[in-house]
Amino acid sequence: MTEVTKETIKKMVDAKISWEELLEVMRGDKEPDRFKKYLDVLQDRVDWDEKILLPIAAHLYIVQKNDGSKVVKCDCGYEFSDYRENWKLNALIYVRNTVDKIKEIYPDHMGCNSEWMELREYYCPECNTQLDVEAVPPGYPVVFNFLPDLEGFYSEWLGHPLS
Amino acid sequence: MSDAVKFMIKNDFEDNPGIKAGDVFCNNDVLAGNVHNCDIHTFIPLFWEGELVSWIAGVTHVPDVGARTPGSSPVGPMSTYDQGLTIPPQKIGENDEVFRSFKDTYKRTSRTPLHLELDEKTRLAGCIMIRESIVNLIKEEGIDTYKQFMREAIENGRRSFIQRVKRMLIPGRYRVPSFCDVPWEDEKGHLPQAAVNTIVNSPLEVKVNTDGTISTSLDGASSWGYHTMNCSPSALQGGMWVMLTQSLADAESINDGGYYAFKQHFPIGSWSNPANPEAGTAHAWHFLWSGLNGMFRFLSHGYFARGFLEEIVAGYGTTTNILYGSGLNIFGDPFAATNMEMTGAGFGARGCRDGLNHSYAMWNPESDIGDIETSWELWEPMLYLGRKVKPSTGGAGKFRGGNGMESLRLVWKSQFAVFQHVGHGMVFVNSGMFGGYPSNTGYRRSVHNTNVFDLIKQQRPLPSSDRDPENSEIEKLITGDHLIDDKALTLPEPYANGDIYLSVIQGGPGLGDPLERVPGDVEKDLNDGQVLPRFAESVYGVIAVKDEATGKYTLDSHATEKRRTEIRKDRGQKAIPVKSWLEQEKERVISGDLPPWVLRMYRESISLSTSWGKEFKEFWGINDVSPVYGR
Repeated sequence: MTEVTKETIKKMVDAKISWEELLEVMRGDKEPDRFKKYLDVLQDRVDWDEKILLPIAAHLYIVQKNDGSKVVKCDCGYEFSDYRENWKLNALIYVRNTVDKIKEIYPDHMGCNSEWMELREYYCPECNTQLDVEAVPPGYPVVFNFLPDLEGFYSEWLGHPLS
Repeated sequence: MSDAVKFMIKNDFEDNPGIKAGDVFCNNDVLAGNVHNCDIHTFIPLFWEGELVSWIAGVTHVPDVGARTPGSSPVGPMSTYDQGLTIPPQKIGENDEVFRSFKDTYKRTSRTPLHLELDEKTRLAGCIMIRESIVNLIKEEGIDTYKQFMREAIENGRRSFIQRVKRMLIPGRYRVPSFCDVPWEDEKGHLPQAAVNTIVNSPLEVKVNTDGTISTSLDGASSWGYHTMNCSPSALQGGMWVMLTQSLADAESINDGGYYAFKQHFPIGSWSNPANPEAGTAHAWHFLWSGLNGMFRFLSHGYFARGFLEEIVAGYGTTTNILYGSGLNIFGDPFAATNMEMTGAGFGARGCRDGLNHSYAMWNPESDIGDIETSWELWEPMLYLGRKVKPSTGGAGKFRGGNGMESLRLVWKSQFAVFQHVGHGMVFVNSGMFGGYPSNTGYRRSVHNTNVFDLIKQQRPLPSSDRDPENSEIEKLITGDHLIDDKALTLPEPYANGDIYLSVIQGGPGLGDPLERVPGDVEKDLNDGQVLPRFAESVYGVIAVKDEATGKYTLDSHATEKRRTEIRKDRGQKAIPVKSWLEQEKERVISGDLPPWVLRMYRESISLSTSWGKEFKEFWGINDVSPVYGR
């Protein structure tokens, strides 16, 4: 069985892993120290110093600030808000709710009917990366995708308190 | 199936009708524990020295259940009372043989009696084979060891599930809603209660608890309706486990032990738990595969946070549009068809690579699309003019969702036939992840009164696909009465010989910002016909030049970099802060300035769930007495 090293994780993060090696990783045991190695790989890739506590989506991390607060931060450095608030509320939004706007992404008849549904694109205000796309009916509240139990994860599952 | 066994236990089947060695039992009733009525179960008891120690069960998905409209999962019936065969749990045989009277009953009900009989023999033979194996095991190991093993296997199922959750996920709350459409307002074949436009809210919320258990809830789900797409709790529970066994629990023994660590809440009165025997469920998968698409998104959020990138998948394409049909086939015999080519849907993008193209069915991932000549042309009176990859069906993203496929069919040698589409044309039924887009919606294209047979006689070109609906080969090459629209959910419609029917199967959702896709991968997609050329620039910001002589595309890296920079800049200019947008939207939502079917969706969710309604109103600042949204 292939050992999943930091190099293996880097290759997965960079999407440079071969299909054969990826299959070996998929078939292997899910090693208990994956999270620690993963955090090390991610921390090495960002230009800022705050400690990553948890990656929550592509480009987005919950980080520990010097003042003790824990905020959602983009890898470009932009800070959204406390992780217990939906980061999307501090993002930029572009809504595709007309036939023409939807036809920029999908062929005619292969995208949603704009009377039934809209596409909401959320961008980072700093780097303009598209961080999330919601496909929801008009009027649907902004979706809070993931609210981790950070304290519970560190103290009960990892066995050490959240610093 | 275990729910049906529990039903028999709870309802004292040991007293009436009695249970003895050699008895055969059957069920297909959703209220007793089933997904939909075309899944027919056979059960046999296993006795050891006079004691009932195990049940053995088998299930097959039969092609037709004799409903008002044809097919295994009929779409057209409005309630339980016209959706065909219902067999509540009952004894159907003794001494390992099925009663003649029972065989006559189901054979007189279905359009495909021989298939049902063959399936029944298969189930019973399989059950008997398993019984013989277990009896041999008990002889070798002893009954006490066998009983102890069963108890330990269940406890092992519970413990290993919890261990897997703690190893691979993150405790917390995950919200993964999805939606589904039933656009039947103008459908003339329905009674008024069914002829309505409906958008279905499936606000799936999952909590991973610190003790390693998982709690799921569809609190806030829309009401049940007059169609066959409602679900039972058994169906949803089964659907969730179908997905868990492909992902989180793929290495474990699956049994009722897992249930002790995985809880579900399906609110009464909603589509997920109608608690009303009138509610039709024959095509429960329609809401189920859309409503549960978020299961993979929830798991993948957890895997991403924990570092198990190899397990991430953004979701899946639903296996639609399904082709149903009936009439007389090329041999002049009656047929009823559910075309299982639908299993060629696209899988969602993975955590570090694209999704699989045209090869995935959530409900049975090892299935295949069947051979044209031996599976479908002998059964359905339709020839294939072509079967091809459908470009741009996979959701765009850094990693593209797998593309779906399409088949172009020519009705041939039938005295009469009807066909229908069963799919999702108005809404996306999945979502992308991390900036990726959902996969395509379905559509309907057909041509009646065509010149196809003249073209064949004249040996002139025929279309083999639709490919790009905005630049269709079908429209260019065939004359006749062309129809194209977004109605992907229809009742059966008559087709004559020479008519054209297009079958489009969905792709999978994408993952990541499309501007981060490796430009060379877009170039490859262009040359492989996986993406329509105009979307290389508008979605991916990739500039590639086509050699008109060879048709080959070559990437212009410099122009691509420049275009991507422009698109990023453009995003910043056209977008607005979310909080400003919410202020604009608030007025519209408070006044109820929404399409009536959307407004009805909110009213149903608010009416069925106090907590969902409270959060909705608080989010928008709606007064509790607002007449638009009810209480």
